[in-house]
Amino acid sequence: MPELVDALRTAIALMIGLDAELVEIVGLSLRVSLAALVLATASGLPVGAFVAIVPFPGRRAAAVVLNALMGLPPVVVGLGVYLVLSRSGPLGFLGWLFTPRAMVVAQWLLITPIVAALARQVVEDLWEEYGEQLRSLDVSPLRAIPTLLWDGRYRLVTAVLAGFGRAIAEVGAVIIVGGNIAHVTRVMTTAIALETSKGDLALAMALGILLLLLSLAVNAAAALTRELAQGAEG
Amino acid sequence: MSPGILPLRFEAVTFERRGQRLLGPLDFEIGGPGRTVVLGPNGAGKSLVLRIAHGLIEPTRGRVTWRGEEGTRRSRQAMVFERSVLLRRSAAANVDYAIARRGVPRRERRQRRALALERTGLADLAQRQARVLSAGEQQRLALARAWALEPEVLFLDEPTAALDPAATRSIEALIASLAAAGTKIIMTTHDLGQARRLADEVLFLHRGALVERAPAAAFFEDPQSEPARAFLEGKLLW
Repeated sequence: MPELVDALRTAIALMIGLDAELVEIVGLSLRVSLAALVLATASGLPVGAFVAIVPFPGRRAAAVVLNALMGLPPVVVGLGVYLVLSRSGPLGFLGWLFTPRAMVVAQWLLITPIVAALARQVVEDLWEEYGEQLRSLDVSPLRAIPTLLWDGRYRLVTAVLAGFGRAIAEVGAVIIVGGNIAHVTRVMTTAIALETSKGDLALAMALGILLLLLSLAVNAAAALTRELAQGAEG
Repeated sequence: MSPGILPLRFEAVTFERRGQRLLGPLDFEIGGPGRTVVLGPNGAGKSLVLRIAHGLIEPTRGRVTWRGEEGTRRSRQAMVFERSVLLRRSAAANVDYAIARRGVPRRERRQRRALALERTGLADLAQRQARVLSAGEQQRLALARAWALEPEVLFLDEPTAALDPAATRSIEALIASLAAAGTKIIMTTHDLGQARRLADEVLFLHRGALVERAPAAAFFEDPQSEPARAFLEGKLLW
């Protein structure tokens, strides 16, 4: 027990003192996950909206697949990206394995289905309300996509934030394709895994607390957006 | 201006859902100009008639023609719904969105938008978020949006059913001035008073069938069918 208290004290000191290693790790975590999020938003929102409203054969199946992919195991994504980016893989020539780029790719693939599946639900609900009116205005489903994404913007923030929460907290994919190399690919989750197994609980706890605070902040932001939306635009 | 799209013709139009016939077979022709009111109790099929005419719903059987040709003519029409859907943007942007989809160039869009908002008394609210407007203002905005499209035929489906009397009067005045400007009005209502105030001609529907059709004055004076008489006496029937 005293060791735990000691570790917690050291963890707080690390956070307050803005320990260089801690800052570096948190910074890389944010950069990787935010980059993955930008890519996942740009690809997931249109895909989700398309599956929601554009009629094509296999649309129902696509929706089911999207929902299923929300639960992709990170280690499986990591393995897939590893195989593709490894020296003998099809994209091995890029030399991205064990760099932050590989981590971005892995997280992007991991969270795009989450963003897309949640967006699909939002856009499908909106289409229920808007469909007849937009068709009356001669707006085709394909052209309705940007309109509906814009009108659903506040509800879609939740989808995007869910993706971010998943990316920042996962360890399986980034540890496989990043390798947890100090100063290069070490992020919060991989550092926690490593430091805990080494017995260096202080750094692990500091990172753990920050991770919790971050997810709290993300959820607060989501709740706040919803409320603002209701207040501002009815 | 290319030749008009009227007359609208229904030929043996039937609509069924899950094997149950909700409408038809209907045969009628509506020419211009003026205000045609599709009247009838709830569930008579009034909204279906409008949606099929506007091309939002395909009839199960039969065909709809515009000036003798099949196919929809939505680009020459507009429709105002009981609860019109407004986009989450300003009132002015809502009007602009609709006319931009019809390929109206930007300069002309600005003029048409200003005119439509002016006529509907919304000029001062142009920059207000559409979704925070009152129900009456929202419906006026829906009319402004339809007006800016300069439709040849304007469909209105129970346009004032959700409104209070004052808002209802202002919508009715707008409908009258649109008709006066040459737009063919085809609207549904279950409100007898509104039908009396607005109709030039009445199509009376009952249980999915066209029971009676007459000039408004004649219809209200001396209805020929039993259901229409009962409806006018307020003992209906559905």
